[in-house]
Amino acid sequence: MADAHSPLAQFEIKTIAELQPFGIDASFTNASLIMVVVVGLITLFIVAGMNKATIVPGRFQGMVEFFYEFIANLLQENTGPKGKQFFPLVFSLFMFILGCNLIGLFGVFTVTSHIIVTFALALMVITIVTVVGFIRHGGHFLTYFVPQGAPMWLMPLMIPLEVISYLIRPISLSVRLFANMVAGHVMLGVIGTFVVGLGSLFFAFGAIPLAAIPLIFALEVLVALLQAYVFAILTCIYLNDAIHLAH
Amino acid sequence: MELDAAKMIGAGIAALALGGAGIGLGTLFGSYMEGAFRNPEAQSKLKVNPMLAFALIEATGLFGFVIAMIILFG
Repeated sequence: MADAHSPLAQFEIKTIAELQPFGIDASFTNASLIMVVVVGLITLFIVAGMNKATIVPGRFQGMVEFFYEFIANLLQENTGPKGKQFFPLVFSLFMFILGCNLIGLFGVFTVTSHIIVTFALALMVITIVTVVGFIRHGGHFLTYFVPQGAPMWLMPLMIPLEVISYLIRPISLSVRLFANMVAGHVMLGVIGTFVVGLGSLFFAFGAIPLAAIPLIFALEVLVALLQAYVFAILTCIYLNDAIHLAH
Repeated sequence: MELDAAKMIGAGIAALALGGAGIGLGTLFGSYMEGAFRNPEAQSKLKVNPMLAFALIEATGLFGFVIAMIILFG
């Protein structure tokens, strides 16, 4: 699809080790490698930070506790005390997506720029939310799809709409993260080709897009942080819907 | 060849979705500035929610980008 100079070439998946159990292609690719690296780095960050935990945190421990408290507050604000048991889920989702987004900015490979990765994460969230809803409320959870206060004759229209809007959640959740990552990296790639293209005409022309790259890179760092935050906060909001069943 | 040209035009039209994102971001940051100027003490408290809305609004524009990509490469 993409030649070596295309802005899309950076998203290419390369197989590192062939693995085909039962005819299914489960090869170890550069995407899997980056995921392993991200999980390793996060584990190292947290374990090394909390290794010698003291009551008055040092710098390193303070960094770890910052992330912990950030997610704990987010969960507390959005789901209340009942949502506390979902802290590990939200925290690991947030840290994983944040790690993938940030490591992608170093020009290695962005795992979250592949829709299948984000879609798998979003589908997991929605499955957990649905299961939690059914465990907490049983068949009563289905009243979630019946809007309160709407007149009876509108129900044939409103209930399918509610069901569709519930089922569309994994798609919007995954496409949001995926599109942000792809668009940002494509934009950096396109402006990078502008530098070369204009610079080959006259080298000073290349300076204009070159000056734009740090600004766009800063925007991409912001987007990488924000998208991890948005994914975490939407997970909290969906969990809140399932736990409290308030419509 | 005509199919290729039509694809290009379609992808270009799909990029119009960014216009809506632009209007949304303008409204968002406009009202944030208004609120911040009216009540400068609350400015730091008001900082988080516009950022969340920024990400959500930007995503709607990027759905158009995805459509353009599907048209071009799908």
